[in-house]
Amino acid sequence: MTRTATSYLQALPLAATFLLFFVLPIGLVAVVSFFDYQTYDILIPDFTFQNYQDVFSSAVTYNTYVITLRFCLVVWAITLCLGFTIAYFLAFHVRSTTWQIVLFLLCTIPFWTSNVIRMIAWIPLLGRNGLVNDGLLALGIVEERQEWLLYSEFAVILGYVHLYTLFMIVPIFNSMMRIDRRLLEAARDAGATGFQTLVNVVLPLCKPGIAIGSIFVVAIVMGDFITVNVLGGGQIASVGKAIATELSYLQFPPAAASAVVLVAITIVMIIGLMRIVDIRKEL
Amino acid sequence: MGARPRSFYVLAAVFGLFVLFLYGPVLTILILSFQGPGGGLTFPMRGVSLHWFRDLFGPQSIGDIWGAFDRSLYLGLMVMVLTVAFAFLAGLAFRRRFKGATLLFYIAVASLVMPSVVVSLGIGAGFELLGIERTWYTSALGAHLTWTLPFGLLIMFAVFNRFDPSYEEAARDLGASDYQTIRSVVIPIVAPSLIGVALFGFTLSYDELARTSQASGSLNTLPLELQALQTNASTPNIYALGTLTTALSFSVIAIALTVFLILQRRRARLGSDAGKGV
Repeated sequence: MTRTATSYLQALPLAATFLLFFVLPIGLVAVVSFFDYQTYDILIPDFTFQNYQDVFSSAVTYNTYVITLRFCLVVWAITLCLGFTIAYFLAFHVRSTTWQIVLFLLCTIPFWTSNVIRMIAWIPLLGRNGLVNDGLLALGIVEERQEWLLYSEFAVILGYVHLYTLFMIVPIFNSMMRIDRRLLEAARDAGATGFQTLVNVVLPLCKPGIAIGSIFVVAIVMGDFITVNVLGGGQIASVGKAIATELSYLQFPPAAASAVVLVAITIVMIIGLMRIVDIRKEL
Repeated sequence: MGARPRSFYVLAAVFGLFVLFLYGPVLTILILSFQGPGGGLTFPMRGVSLHWFRDLFGPQSIGDIWGAFDRSLYLGLMVMVLTVAFAFLAGLAFRRRFKGATLLFYIAVASLVMPSVVVSLGIGAGFELLGIERTWYTSALGAHLTWTLPFGLLIMFAVFNRFDPSYEEAARDLGASDYQTIRSVVIPIVAPSLIGVALFGFTLSYDELARTSQASGSLNTLPLELQALQTNASTPNIYALGTLTTALSFSVIAIALTVFLILQRRRARLGSDAGKGV
């Protein structure tokens, strides 16, 4: 057997899985977005722009996009600052490799546990009779129990930061560990202060890590509906949640049209970020 | 090594607070799951008991949690095995150039960053159009693989980028067949990383929710069941369930890390007999 044939055979299971469960379904979403539907017949083959007209003519669409993009921007800024700080501490301030590994694992372990549980866990803390309210009252910071802590945009953002800062820490840490330590010495020898080294040496060399982390965070927040569901309560609707709601009423074609628009916008955002980085070189 | 700069202590404090932020909430539901029989969903604790754990195992248990638990467990194991096998094979394939390699790589990355609700919608619509019933071991299995395989593939890239091909050349020079080279040389060297892939495969599937939502059919997986229960939870038994499933996740992580360390040690011990006069 030739070498190339072996490669094809080895890649076949992976390629077939992606073809069946990713490429074709995504293509189908695009096709279904032109379908018609009725209460008892949820997918009627057709070629209508009605679903798209509904998406673009609805004020709800614009509202959900404003909310979703706001989530995206705020969560991106917070996770970036926090993730960079944590990664910087791990990469440059923790001196022994063993401790570096232990503390890094400490940050990553929650990633392998249930996201739903980690969201639900905020409820007894942030609720009306929750621990945070108890604490604020006891300290005399507030006069009465605060309602905005849970089932609010604040709670959703907190949930995102809690769940997804990791996606920033890992790639930025990876970039930082590749920085030749002699560059930092050179900067110091040339008279740079710690802050100048950070801004002019470390930050530019971390760009690829920052870009990868940003792609993850942006993609997740754009499409999320579960965090919004659990921590946002019934009042807040992100784009993902709007799609999930349509699906719960078995309205596949309009959901598909919304999904196509969402994917198009997400792709534009990701392409912007991809210009900064070649992912394959970073592994 | 000089004295630590002041920035170290500031950053260490930030790190400490972050870890508290990371683990604190889960810790509270862990504590609350031991709430006394008369206790509610929030503090204060009214006594300490195993009441809510017993409640889970009782005859009038909430929802179909044990069925959901079984499904999630089997699904996680299936996804784990398939992820390790497919990602390892593909990792081998990608070491050589082949036509379509770049395309396949970008598809994998796209699968990773594609909003989960869209993947789920596509798979759900596909099964619906073909008139095939959606089940956790068909459509949901596929949905989970679109999420775990990219992680597996990226790990295999990282592994093979650092893999020294001279080991294989040596094996071939000694007369090993292709199969023997992979079986006796490549697999033992990359085994610790395969454990890592397995850990990703199992835990990401066991906890997956977004891609499963439209793909699991009429029977729920555990995360779906949990999300459904959460909306009308009235007793701390949901915390007890949360504590149990978190304990399972932690056990899996601990097992994976232990096996990883054992394999590393074994490799260090058996990896080379140079200078031992064997």
